[in-house]
Amino acid sequence: MATEAAHGAEEGSSLVFHPMDQFIVKPLFGGTEVHWYTITNVTLWMGITVLAILALMVLATSGAKRIPSRGQSIAEMAYGFVYKMIEDVTGKDAVKFFPYVFTLFMFIVFSNLLGLLPMSFTPTSHFAVTIVLALVVFLTVTIVGFALHGAQFLGLFWVSSAPAAVRPLLALIEVISYFVRPVSHSIRLAGNMMAGHAVIKVFAGFAAIAAVSPVAIIAIVGMYGLEILVGFIQAYVFTILTCVYLKDALHPAH
Amino acid sequence: MEGDIAELGKYIGVGLTAIGMGGAAMGVGNVAGNFLSGALRNPSAAASQTATLFIGMAFAEALGIFSFLVALLLMFAV
Repeated sequence: MATEAAHGAEEGSSLVFHPMDQFIVKPLFGGTEVHWYTITNVTLWMGITVLAILALMVLATSGAKRIPSRGQSIAEMAYGFVYKMIEDVTGKDAVKFFPYVFTLFMFIVFSNLLGLLPMSFTPTSHFAVTIVLALVVFLTVTIVGFALHGAQFLGLFWVSSAPAAVRPLLALIEVISYFVRPVSHSIRLAGNMMAGHAVIKVFAGFAAIAAVSPVAIIAIVGMYGLEILVGFIQAYVFTILTCVYLKDALHPAH
Repeated sequence: MEGDIAELGKYIGVGLTAIGMGGAAMGVGNVAGNFLSGALRNPSAAASQTATLFIGMAFAEALGIFSFLVALLLMFAV
């Protein structure tokens, strides 16, 4: 997809650069082929994301004080936010999944927000990245569900509160919606990130045209503010949906 | 004027996917509006339901994102 986007730009579109060019995966150290071991800009920005999380969670809290510094209070707020979320949505017995959910949240929110820096790259704007995150959640929920409840986990698909006549139909719909979960879970995040960044780049293309450049620059500022909000809300939504799915695994009764 | 009829149909289809955005807008607006009217009737219960609000918005919005995905597939993959 990305190479064709570059191809489209060559064909003489009216914009100075193609809005989808920013999503091209390029090897960092020469060459054009991308293998599974090639170090690309995705690898670089995932590394920066992990280092930024480490800096916040390890360095800022290393000399923890009773009166927290700014870094320490941000780290504490993030911890408390996710802890309260999993406790409220999934239940108190789900706290053993907290490290996993917190890792997911921090990775997504940092990669979303770091991707807003000019000239940077957003790993979460690629379906290949988010589908892995979503499939791991899906497999975790399925495995934990069957490990804890055995065949009773299938009761998730059998809506016993519905009239008996419509239960088979509902079971079919429930099964389909269960298997569509990783698709919608991943596409929501990647689609939001990709759409937002492409919109900013489209307005940046308009900014080169003198007649509309003041309007375009104001629009970029507005969209940028909205993107900061969206980057945070999408991380929140991904995490809270993980909590909702985990709740199905721990308490499958309908 | 160049290109062929398939190219024409492709771009018309990409334009038509923008209708999906309207559907997502109605869905998200419906969720937020109903939340607000419920929250104004019973403000004390509103804070406990913000998570539900965001989940509902995310589900409604995902379908708008799917239409964006269809547009991308038509532009770059077909």
